[in-house]
Amino acid sequence: MSIGRMTHIRKSSVFLSYLLVNLCVLFALFVHAMLNVREAKPALEGKSALVRSLGLTDLCLFSEASYTRHLSLADFSTPFQDCPLSLEHFPSGSVVEPPEHLREMAPGDADR
Amino acid sequence: MKWIEKQRNIIDFTLSSLLRRKTKNIALVFVYTVIVFVLASVVFFSHSIKKEASIILQGSPEIIVQRLSAGMHALIPEEYVSGIAKIRGVTSVTGRLWGYYYEPTARANFTLLSPEEQPGEGNIMAGEGVLRVLHASPGDILSLTSYKGEQVSLRVKGSLPTSSSLVSADLILISEGDFRNIFGFSKGLFTDLALRVRNPRERVTIAKKIKELYPDARPIIRDEILRTYDSVFNWRSGLLLMVMTGAILAFIIFAWDKATGLSAEERREIGILKAVGWETSDILLMKFWEGASMSLSSFLGGVILAYFHVFFTSSALFAPVLKGWSVLYPEFRLTPFIDVGGVMTLFFLTVLPYTVATIIPSWRAAIVDPDSVMR
Amino acid sequence: MIELRGIEKVFNAGKPNEFRAVEGVNLSVEVGMITVIKGPSGSGKTTLLGIIGCMARPTSGRIYLSGRLTQVLPFAVEEASAEVTSLPEKFLTDIRRRGFGFIFQQFNLIKGITVLENVMLPAYPEGEDFHSLSARAEGLLQAFNLSGKVSSRVEWLSGGEAQRVAIARALINNPAVVIADEPTAHLDTKLSGEFMAIMAQLRDKGETVIIASHDPIVYDAPIVDRVVEMRDGRIGAERRTK
Repeated sequence: MSIGRMTHIRKSSVFLSYLLVNLCVLFALFVHAMLNVREAKPALEGKSALVRSLGLTDLCLFSEASYTRHLSLADFSTPFQDCPLSLEHFPSGSVVEPPEHLREMAPGDADR
Repeated sequence: MKWIEKQRNIIDFTLSSLLRRKTKNIALVFVYTVIVFVLASVVFFSHSIKKEASIILQGSPEIIVQRLSAGMHALIPEEYVSGIAKIRGVTSVTGRLWGYYYEPTARANFTLLSPEEQPGEGNIMAGEGVLRVLHASPGDILSLTSYKGEQVSLRVKGSLPTSSSLVSADLILISEGDFRNIFGFSKGLFTDLALRVRNPRERVTIAKKIKELYPDARPIIRDEILRTYDSVFNWRSGLLLMVMTGAILAFIIFAWDKATGLSAEERREIGILKAVGWETSDILLMKFWEGASMSLSSFLGGVILAYFHVFFTSSALFAPVLKGWSVLYPEFRLTPFIDVGGVMTLFFLTVLPYTVATIIPSWRAAIVDPDSVMR
Repeated sequence: MIELRGIEKVFNAGKPNEFRAVEGVNLSVEVGMITVIKGPSGSGKTTLLGIIGCMARPTSGRIYLSGRLTQVLPFAVEEASAEVTSLPEKFLTDIRRRGFGFIFQQFNLIKGITVLENVMLPAYPEGEDFHSLSARAEGLLQAFNLSGKVSSRVEWLSGGEAQRVAIARALINNPAVVIADEPTAHLDTKLSGEFMAIMAQLRDKGETVIIASHDPIVYDAPIVDRVVEMRDGRIGAERRTK
């Protein structure tokens, strides 16, 4: 009478399998990341070489303003002159802070 | 074996119990997953970029010297070169020629740069972003407008490798002569200076000496250049703060829902379970699995989706946010540098509190006397 | 097989609302019999039932288990009987779960899950193999003619079906003793009679049955072996059939 129910699938089995699958995928992604990083080494070296030969100082992420394009060379006055809130360069202004060396003043660097 | 079987039994009951409110709980898991997805995407994206920056910017000049005049970035004259070259420890001083060129037709900013290895008079090498935005290819002739309003024709000799897009997308490499022609820099004036220093430990001292020599000079050392990108996409930056706040508020709402204690129905059920032979520890285990099953599923789902989002689709959902005003956004595939610490932190900030918020309010109900249902 | 000596249960001891639910009870529950504890509401029957079934601890007195019940003790016993009054909570719960099956006045089934799951619930903490457990549960439901309702929600059951599910649940761990607290309180005459018939079947199979009730259908039933009267927390007169 209850032959059909002999193959009852437990909810916990479904759940634990789901967890296991996810963990396996996560592990696979981790391996993928490691392999990819290794593969990317020559490309990274190429980029480093370009940086060295051209004497570059910044990533080209936000090209709309001088102080967002060359973040590491930025000073305090330029953004201020564009607009105190740098509203016209939203959202980069909201995503990027002034670089650390501007925020930490070393003694004797009053006009850095 | 028995312990595992017991856990599976408890999970069976917990899931049956959760499925009684199918819609509510599925919605909860969905929202939870989305939140983890966004947070994990930010973690993956920012860590990757920071790591890549820290690696490839190692080749930046050891010291850059800018000149400020009336609070504005001003050109540096040749005299500074000889003065600085005399400082002990400075191996070489090179005048750098670079500047921004705004192209109105494309509404894009390009960075014009005259490198040590010149492309030849009348030629340029262009970054992939430049060519993309101007719909040009190697061999084409581009026309730039000089400071005098004259058209300068330049032939695209070649393009910079697409793989270097992250640093070169907006670059136009140009000869010194063409550069000075377009921007009107007279001979003897440079944008800034690049220094090579033999001993890294002397950089700070040399920087100090430069400032003493030329008070209007502003030296920037490589260390500072490298650390610039450490704080990019920091949690303190405006947008990210909004995202974090939103996520935290959502979690507080979840936890509130759990922490306001159990309903009378739930308490009665726990009483029944105790009456039929479940111990306090079994009840707490059930509550643990209730919280853990939901939060673990959401966490794993969110993190996996975030990985695909950031590393397989190049953060497609973030692109509109990052692009902002800049027309020229580099085409790049991020190298998957994984911030394991960040992922673990995310785990402890999401799974742990939710699970705890599910267990703690049930404590009172769990320790009730087993004969309470009879009274 | 269960012996109570000098059992007392006091609620709110020392406070102004001190209440002595059970006083000076000496009782021996015998194997394989249907024993009814007869008494009006407030007589302390439910409290006494809880103490007999190791669900609640007495304020003073001793409980001794012997016979088949010693097999569910979580430790080995040399003597014929073992005192369980002062055992830790965990041991008491184990004994209760394995040795006793409870049928409650209001059935107390869990809504929103299936009949099968309800029946299996008391066995979950044991960690038994799932297939043998569910087979046993289905067997019990079949014995009570509930095979068709195995996957139904308990909310959809009729009164009689719910009653039989409650009984099946009480039997899932093969208890030595079945305890029922006012089982016929919410049942009509017909279902009450059916209930007693099922109890008789259990007794005939070797179960010991203890019922607390103030319903004549229960305590006057011919199948009852022994009736113990209880009033104001004390045991009084006894009547035995045979």
